[in-house]
Formats: sequence, C-alpha cells, structure tokens
Amino acid sequence: MAVGLLAGCGLGVAAITQFLIGGASAPLSLQSPIAAARFTIEIDAISVVFLVPILLVSAGAVVYGLSYWKQSEHEENGRRLSFWLGLLTAAMMLLVAARDGILFLLAWEVMAVSAYFCISVEDEDANTRQASWLYLSASHLATLCLFGVFALMAAATGTFGFVSLTGVSPALMNVMFLLALIGFGTKAGIMPMHIWLPGAHAQAPSHVSAIMSGVVIKMGIYGLVRMVSLVDVPPVWWGVVLLTLGVISGVLGVAFAIGQHDIKRLLAYHSIENIGIIVMGLGLAVLGRSLGRPDWVVLGMAGALLHVWNHATFKSLLFFSAGSVIHATHTREIDQLGGLQKTMPATAFFFLIGAVAICGLPPLNGFVSELFIYLGLFQSLAVESKASFAAAAFAAPALALIGGLAVACFVKVYGTVFLGAGRGEHVQHAHEASLSMTGPMAVLAAVCVLIGMAPRLVAPLLQQAVNTWTGKVVPEVYQLASVAPLGWISVGAATLVGLLAVIGLVLHWRLIAAERATSLTWDCGYAAPSPRMQYTSSSFAEMLVDLFRWALIPQKHAPRVRALFPDDKEFYSHTPDIVLDRVVRPIVAFLYRVFFFFRYMQQGNMQAYLLYILVMLVVLLMWR
Amino acid sequence: MNTILLNMIHVAVVLTVPPLLLGVINKTKAWFAGRRGPPVLQPYYDLRKLIVKGSVFSETTTWVFRFGPVVGLATALVAAAIIPLGQRDAPLSFVGDMILFAYVLSLGRFFTMAAALDTGSAFEGMGSAREATYGCLAEPVLLFGLLVLAKVSMMAGVSESLSMNGMLGESLTKEWSVAGASMLLVLISWFIVLLVENSRIPFDDPNTHLELTMIHEVMVLDHCGPALAMILYGAAVRLFIFAALVVRLAIPLQSGFALWNWGLFLVGVLAVAVGVGIVESIMARLRLTVIPNLLVGAGVLVAFGLVLVLSH
Repeated sequence: MAVGLLAGCGLGVAAITQFLIGGASAPLSLQSPIAAARFTIEIDAISVVFLVPILLVSAGAVVYGLSYWKQSEHEENGRRLSFWLGLLTAAMMLLVAARDGILFLLAWEVMAVSAYFCISVEDEDANTRQASWLYLSASHLATLCLFGVFALMAAATGTFGFVSLTGVSPALMNVMFLLALIGFGTKAGIMPMHIWLPGAHAQAPSHVSAIMSGVVIKMGIYGLVRMVSLVDVPPVWWGVVLLTLGVISGVLGVAFAIGQHDIKRLLAYHSIENIGIIVMGLGLAVLGRSLGRPDWVVLGMAGALLHVWNHATFKSLLFFSAGSVIHATHTREIDQLGGLQKTMPATAFFFLIGAVAICGLPPLNGFVSELFIYLGLFQSLAVESKASFAAAAFAAPALALIGGLAVACFVKVYGTVFLGAGRGEHVQHAHEASLSMTGPMAVLAAVCVLIGMAPRLVAPLLQQAVNTWTGKVVPEVYQLASVAPLGWISVGAATLVGLLAVIGLVLHWRLIAAERATSLTWDCGYAAPSPRMQYTSSSFAEMLVDLFRWALIPQKHAPRVRALFPDDKEFYSHTPDIVLDRVVRPIVAFLYRVFFFFRYMQQGNMQAYLLYILVMLVVLLMWR
Repeated sequence: MNTILLNMIHVAVVLTVPPLLLGVINKTKAWFAGRRGPPVLQPYYDLRKLIVKGSVFSETTTWVFRFGPVVGLATALVAAAIIPLGQRDAPLSFVGDMILFAYVLSLGRFFTMAAALDTGSAFEGMGSAREATYGCLAEPVLLFGLLVLAKVSMMAGVSESLSMNGMLGESLTKEWSVAGASMLLVLISWFIVLLVENSRIPFDDPNTHLELTMIHEVMVLDHCGPALAMILYGAAVRLFIFAALVVRLAIPLQSGFALWNWGLFLVGVLAVAVGVGIVESIMARLRLTVIPNLLVGAGVLVAFGLVLVLSH
C-alpha cells in the first residue's frame, strides 16, 4: 500500500517537473458518465503550488505511518487506514487539477469522505466518534454551500467549466462569494467556521493530522483562490471581509492555542491561526485587485501561497514530532511530559525547528512568507482609501501580536514537553523514534531551512502562480523579485547563522578553557527541587489566558484551601471552544427539538431512503 | 571606501559602547541616591571577570541552556546592524528590514525563554512566562510605531520609506514638521517599549536578584561565567539598540559632518541612559498586574498616532 502511494507521489512529481520544464499543459477534456457534462483536467501554476505540499506531506506521512501505525500493532484498522489515506491523496490531486464544477465537487466529496474515514480510524473511542461526526456534518454543510456556488455559476455562465465571471450581475456574484466563503472557509477552518477542526485533528492518528492540517484544510484556500481568480475586479468589501476574517482567525486561533494542554489540540488551533495569516494575504491580494495595485496583489498572493507551503511543511513536521512523543509516552497531555530532550534528542530538535519556523522567526521559512505579507500591508499605506486604513491599521499590528503570541505558545509547548525534568511515569520509558519516523521529519526540516535561507529558489513559481491568478503577466517592476528583498533575506539569514556559529564557538572555547562542574538547579536555596515544582504549561499560559479571558472564557476549578492542615485539593483549568459550546450546540439542540417529527421518516431503511430520492427527483422533474 | 569605513565605525561602536550605558545608568542612580556608586566602566570589568570564570551547570539542562545566551547576543548584534546610528546608512539595510529587526529580536527572546525553562526551576519558569506575556504586548507597539514612521516618511517623500534607513534617515526634520504630533506619540511609546524590552523600572527591577518580582534577571539565575557574560553583553546591546532608535527619532542628524553626527548621536544615547537612570530613581516598580494595562495603553497611544497620519 505504502509503496503504491509512494509510486503515485513519484508520478505526481514527474507531472510537476514536466510543468516546470515544459510550461502549462493543454487541458484534457473527457466525456463524463453524466449526460451533458464534460470532465476537464488541467495543470497550471496554481495547481502546481498546491500539488507540491500534497505530494510532499502525503509521501512523508506514508513513510512515517510505517512505524507509527504498524499493521502488526493495529490489525483491525491498519489496512483500512492506508486505503483511505491513499484515496484522500488521490482525491486532493484530482481536486487541484479539476477545471469544471462537477468533477471538482466529485473530488471534493471523495476527499471529505475519505478524510472522515481517516479521522474515525479509532472508532472504538467515543471522543473519536464524536469528533469525526462533527467533521462530517461540518464538511457536508460546506459541500451544500459549494453546490449552491457551482449551480449559480452554471446558471450565470451556462457551463460548469471555470470561466471568467465578467458580466455576471454583482448581486449574484456577492451571493456566490458568501456561499464560497462559508463552504471553503469551513474546510479551511477560518474562525468562526472552525468548530470541527480541533477535535478532528486531536483524535486522528498523528500522520493523518499532519495531512489534514498540512494539506486538506489548504484545499479550502485553494477553492477560494480559484474562485476569486474568475472575477476580474472584485468589490472592495470582499478583500476587507477576508482581511477581517484573517485577523480574527489569526489572533483568536493563537489565543485559544495558548489555553490548550492537549498537544494536538494546541497544534490544531495553530492551524486556524496560520489559515488566518494565509487569508490575510489573500485578502490583501483581493484588495489590490479591486483597487488596481499590482504590488499588493503580488506580495499578498505570493505571501499567502508561500505560507501555504510553509504551513504544510512546519505543521506536518510538528505533528510528526508530536506523534513520536505520543507514540513513546502514550499521552497527549503536555503537563504530564517533560525532559524529553534527553531521551528523544532528534525528535526534540525537529520539533524545535518546526516551532521556530511556525513563529515566523528568521532564518526559517515562516519568516519569508510573513515578511511578504507585512510588506504588502505596509505598501497599502501609500494609498488614501478606507480599505487601506483597515488593512494597515489593524492587520499589520495584528500580525505582530500573532507572532508574539505564537512565540509564547511554542516556548510553552517546547519548554514543557522537551525541557526541564520529566513529570511522572509517562516519560520514564520514552525512547527515540525509529528512522522511518525521523526520516520524514528531517526532510521537512530541511525544506524549512532551505526556503528560509534561499527564498529566491521558490520565487519564479510563485510569480507564475500570481500571473495565472491575475490572468495576465505582472509588469517587471511589480514582480516578486523586484518588490520583495529576496536576496537580502538570504544575506540577513546568513549573517545571523554566521554570528550564531562564531559566538557559539567562542562560548565553547571559553567553556573548555575554564573548569566546569555540574550541580542541582539553583532554586533560591531550596536543596531538593522536584519535577513537580516546575512551571507547567497551564501556569506558563495563565497570564496570557487571563488577558484574553473576554474571548476564551476559560473555566477554572479551584477549591478554596481553608484549614491549617487542608486535605488534598485539585485544581484544573480548561479552555473549551466557545463557538462550538456557546453558539453551535444551542442552535443544534434547538433544531433537534423543532424537527423532532422528522425522525418518523428516518427509520434507517435503505429502501425507504432510495424511495425518497426517487420521489424527490420525479417531483423536481415535473416542476421543471 | 567611505561606506566601508562608515560601516566599520558602525560595527566598532556597536561592539564597544553598549556596556557604557549600563555604567551611566548605575552612576545616575547612585548620584540620585547620594552615593558615589561604581565606576562608569564597571560593566566592562564585570564582563572581563565573567568571561574567564569557570561554570557550574545544572544537571537538568541540555544544549538549549547553553545555546540561549548565544542566540540572545547574536540576534542583538544582527538587530544593531539594521539601525542607522550616527551616520545615515546602516550596514544591513533593505526594503522591509524593520520586520527583520522586530523578528530577530523575537528569536532572541524565544531562546532566552527556552533556556530558562530548561533548568526546570519554578522561578525561571515564572520569569519566562512574564517575559512571554510582555513581549507579546510590546511587539504590536513597536510595529504601530513603524507603521506611523513608514506613512510619515511616505508623506515626506522619502524614496526608501520601507526601511530603517529611510524612516530614520535624512528627511527626519521634514517628517517632524509634516506630522509632529504622531512622531511625538511614537517617541513616547517607544521609550516605554525601551523600558519593557530591557527590563527596567517601572516594569522590572534589574537590581532585585533572587526575588520573585522580576522578569529578566530571574530567567538567567542559573547562568554563570562566560554564558552570563554573553547575556549581560547581549542585554547591553539590546539597550543600546533601543536607545539608538529613540535618539535617531528625536534628533535629526543631518549636518554634513560625520564627526559631528557621531558625537551628537553618542551624547544622545548617553542622555537616554541618564533618562532611564532618572526614571529608575524617581519611580517604584509597578505591580505586575498593572503592566499589561500600561503596555496596551502605549499601544493605543501610538495607534492614535497612526489614525492621525492616515486621516491626513
């Protein structure tokens, strides 16, 4: 199975190489089994940009899964998982190549359903069942909206193909945009449509989480990118809405992440944050398109697309290394871990690379894409308009806040899980992950370093994708190589690395020159410090969670300590998802009561359901 | 030739001057308290003493603990290469360099906090949690200020308005005359950022070693010898960078004479150090819970500055 998937990825790489060498392929059009529809397939620069992470992460996940989810250890579901994983990858590859609504929706549904079976692989656990059901319902809500989008598109243009929407009435376009925003936004996990994301990412096996977070949610972004590219001059408010949603997802995503103490839930909330950053870039590009500013378009779009790559690499790297930790310790609770740097040095190092990259810090790849978006936001100062006011005044400092919060969150995770002393029996038997798990991590980490040190390598492809997106070649002065300091990023990164090496060597030299001793940690005179005295992730995050309590509404269970010799007391704090618990659940409960009588029709008989469909079709045909 | 010489002066100043600021601050505080105080050059003596000392490492720590001070110093030096000092141009200058400036300092903070957590001490965890919190709040203030400067320099017609050289460069007089109020708001809020980022009173107390009230000092409790020397030196460079930012913003250095510019700049930086010393002498440390309010306040202040220039 794994070999087959790797071979498939290899074929995909061959296709990409052919595109990079030979340029765009001619569209391939096939007669579909459905009357009056043709399936069209084409690979352009935007497809390639999304194909690369699909192939990279899927191939990595397959190799990783060989030891993480061994068939011998998971006899009941190992084969099932690899089947759905393969189908998921294939569906995504088809999705980015599809050039008509019907084929797109087909691929979309196959992707959604196979992702469901990947998430629900451990369905003996009630939490997993709940999370995967939530995913499936959210996913179908999204599909419903997309049906609307493509139906409206076909009605307006007369074809299911992706053709320019010039001339379509503005009201219709706005409806299509809103439907697409809900449909694609739910898949991408834009706040407040993210409700399915934390649970599904936490309950799935780690390599599935890596694919989900690394590429599946990016398909929502792909849909938005493709959709907007069909509109020549979108209304200004589209860009403003996207920017606002991006800022909300970014800031609240990372704020919720800080409140988590399940390592995979935490990483899942960071996906929401990074989707926020990508949507900010996209919003800026759309604004640039509306206002005729090619430099915003280039910087925003290139930043968004590069961040798609970057997030795919560092987030799957983080999920892989978190998976190794879970594999070795059998817990996802950050506060139960600690000191793993010593027993799992390679995993710890790769997690550190991923953590620095996701915080957007130089010299790694996250910095490059965030720099593009920052530059675009700064460029928006040059124009006097309300849109630029919104863009600059809120988005750029919000991005800075996101960066600061991400640093806090990842220092918290890395510090609590890997540094200090181990907290309890889970870490006792921790061992380094096997080569087939560390190997994919090493490849992803290398990509993070490579893009961070030499962004010039990826610039031509990004520029080509931007050209495809705008439908014309961007003038020389506004091309990515002219508006972004690609060479200087490398110079800055090289200076930093050089200084690190020199100062590190000086410290090393001074350390070996003088005498060295080891001792206990200095705990202000306390001679017998224990691991339980360490700061935990909850205590680390307490001040920040408190600052954001207006949005997070954290729950604390803190008993009062009264007597001189009090009994054992327990304290715990928890940050639930407010959108899910306070908005969605009450609405669903209400709908459940109102539509209770429908249960009469839902008896679980297959023949009855088929009959309903037939009756419905006949009624629709008669009505037409 | 001239540029090479100027860059060499830049590097030399960055490497030699920073510890002097710490000495000046201490002297100012001593003077306010009516003491004689340590000599102004005491920080240099301390550094020389620490660098030859032996080290004691905690058994809990790993390589991250030793790497922390290295990153702290290296990032501070990179940041110092981006800011124009006495002369117009900084050695490392390009469109968007202000983002590298902010993020490279953030990288230093990341590893300083990680090194603190590596000891497994509750105190250092505490310090690192506080540093994380205040860092998050200080970063947007810095960025709002950069946005204001970018906009003002665009209004003043600077060609490279999206780099530190352009923003703090030769048309500063014009920038002040175009949007003086906003510039003043940036200046005030950046002085607050200077105090936070360098752990000075009223946010933190650099003197109270071994107490639970402080932030930066508690994070480096376990470091000693050469590693501590690097931390001290890195902290001095950080202070110097922010002082340089404030000076470049406040004093337009536009005379044609390099020597005069450098002299004026150095006097300005030392004056900032005296200012920090005065603040520390006349103010008490704030309660920890109040600090976020002050930082958010500074952010809102400079956001007003942005609104002023945007509605221009």
